Amino acid sequence: MSLMLNNISHVVNGETYIDDANISFDVGSFNVLLGRTLAGKTSLMRLIAGLDKPTSGHLIMDDVDVTGMPVQKRNIAMVYQQFINYPNLTVFENIASPLRILGIKDNVINKRVKEVASILRIEEFLQRLPLELSGGQQQRTAMARALIKEGSLILFDEPLVNLDYKLREELRFELRELFKKQNIIAIYASTEPNEALALGGITTLMHEGKIIQTGPVNDVYSLPNSIESAELFSEPAINIINGVVNNGTVTIGNGVSFQFTQLTSEINSGEFSFGIRPHHITMSQKNDDDIALDLKVDVAEISGSETFLHMSDNIVSAVAQLTGVHNFHTDAAVRVYFPVNKLYVFDLHGKMIQAPAYITHATKQSKGGK
Amino acid sequence: MAEIKLQALAHSYLDKPENPDDYAIRQMTHTWQQGGAYALLGPSGCGKSTLLNIISGLLQPSEGKVKFDDKDVTDLQPNGRNIAQVFQFPVVYDSMTVFDNLAFPLRNLKYEKQAIDKKVNEIADVLELGDVLHRRANNLTADEKQKVSMGRGLVRDDVSAILFDEPLTVIDPHLKWKLRRKLKQIHEKFNITMVYVTHDQLEASTFADKIALMYQGKIVQFGTPQELFEQPEHTFVGYFIGSPGMNIIEVSLAHNNAVFNDVSIPLKATLINDTVTQSSNVKIGIRPEFVTVIDEATAASYLCDVIDVENLGTYKILTLELGQQKIKARISEDQSVPADKAHITFPQEHLKLYVDEYLVKENIE
Repeated sequence: MSLMLNNISHVVNGETYIDDANISFDVGSFNVLLGRTLAGKTSLMRLIAGLDKPTSGHLIMDDVDVTGMPVQKRNIAMVYQQFINYPNLTVFENIASPLRILGIKDNVINKRVKEVASILRIEEFLQRLPLELSGGQQQRTAMARALIKEGSLILFDEPLVNLDYKLREELRFELRELFKKQNIIAIYASTEPNEALALGGITTLMHEGKIIQTGPVNDVYSLPNSIESAELFSEPAINIINGVVNNGTVTIGNGVSFQFTQLTSEINSGEFSFGIRPHHITMSQKNDDDIALDLKVDVAEISGSETFLHMSDNIVSAVAQLTGVHNFHTDAAVRVYFPVNKLYVFDLHGKMIQAPAYITHATKQSKGGK
Repeated sequence: MAEIKLQALAHSYLDKPENPDDYAIRQMTHTWQQGGAYALLGPSGCGKSTLLNIISGLLQPSEGKVKFDDKDVTDLQPNGRNIAQVFQFPVVYDSMTVFDNLAFPLRNLKYEKQAIDKKVNEIADVLELGDVLHRRANNLTADEKQKVSMGRGLVRDDVSAILFDEPLTVIDPHLKWKLRRKLKQIHEKFNITMVYVTHDQLEASTFADKIALMYQGKIVQFGTPQELFEQPEHTFVGYFIGSPGMNIIEVSLAHNNAVFNDVSIPLKATLINDTVTQSSNVKIGIRPEFVTVIDEATAASYLCDVIDVENLGTYKILTLELGQQKIKARISEDQSVPADKAHITFPQEHLKLYVDEYLVKENIE
């Protein structure tokens, strides 16, 4: 099955929820819609499910226009943030319920429930009531009910957001494994960049009702088409520093200048923005041509294995993600370094016009190897 | 401001608890020092919210005492304890302005108008609420509302401690950064005892100087984020801290080696004692960050199958199989990924030994 959205817009009371969405989903693909709260992820899923009708545009499933078709007629399953189960039915009956409605025979139901329960590792709880289970097991029950329908499309609306992060970690892994083997389209909404990276598949970035980039997860991550994309798809957000280029010499911040020999010819002179990821900023100089910045510490956040150092001066503000635990006092002066070959270049409209040399190298190598 | 002491404290929701499993909080004695920034971290159902409610006075413990600066407050109601609380969902008076919200506790305490103005402005300044000070609270964003909730706790001079119960749940990830940073600044500035309950390790370790990690009603480790990462005192700490958690493998012992299936890994001789050799529950643990993946085999390396590679942008996670055990290794984004087979080593300084789930300390003498 394939699903195509052609020029889909959704406007409610003059407010645009979805702005001209064009995207297609292939059978067997796992798709993550990544965006902040109110970016339009849930709105888009509701349109796909048929819970809402778009103001304009067409929804094509397997070459059939299904734009006006109600949700009951589409072969779709949905899993929500709040895990919804029937509290008075056993886990078994919860999972079996979609098949009961279809009047399927007992022995088939038995077999299917056991299959799905084993995939989601809840076989041993089938005779319990949902409230006797942990949150993670309850959510797995809700997922099992969605999977048993054997729909051609399954929608997940931030299904793990209410769970402990350890459980999230495990369920993410299970989901990835699960959908490797399925011939259906899975669409998963998330607000967390790290979750999108962990889930893999195809990532679609949404912002203010618009789809701003889509592609295989690692391509979107390493080649963001704009500052917006780069910021949405990194946590902590990529550092953006404005600068002026003059014949291959770049000046940033408080007059720090350096040679940028790898600039393409179109970036000859003028104002540009430079992006450097937090984990590429270091406390010591690694290469001779690393650029030094003198900043003051705002705060150091320590995560046990890493330190997030927030720094600024009157022009630049930056975050460095350092391995290990480092203590800094607020307002301490620090000198940090970053390599030229890891810089992204954006134009004044925020469009990415040059990717870092280390990424374009890697891409060329892997393409040449194939 | 106060030091908070829990003395032989235990709590059961049952009338007649009979065995240890009947307790939501197993008996504990614990001190939160004045001015400390603490996190109470653990999975859902570990007892952390129960403990927080006992400290705030919402719940009476079935056994033991709660003391603030040596004053027994066990029988006092929440309002007698001078505790400020910030909950998951912001609590603000929607119809009042931000200023009036912040001034509310002070007006109740009959502060002079001038003193109220001064204090409210000072707190609004720290919380960066100056621009919205005269706006009505119902028009604020979730993070602004949560700052107002915090501000109401901070304006009072007589507050013993501020308790936070998952305060960033409703905040968007990109704003969580800013609020955590704000909390840290507030702690540095006001030197108030703060206890922050969360199930999120990153939130706990970025906020707290020391973390109490709870599991099954017990504090299984109380230490700095670094200690929890580098020296997990319980296998649960190893599993719960770190993403992914520690690799933990059940082993048997043979001549100072940890053995599982055909694999034999030498242990430091200083770790071996009678308790270790006589136990039937022995495990080794090593964090994915410390499993070293190398290109060429060495005398100390093990050959594993590569099962899976996850590219997480800033780093990669390899899933390997050795002696029918899955082992995760974290490698940098620059390191090339071995195909099919990989050689790994377990640096001894990072290889931990656990007996009955607790860390075996090295005998250095």
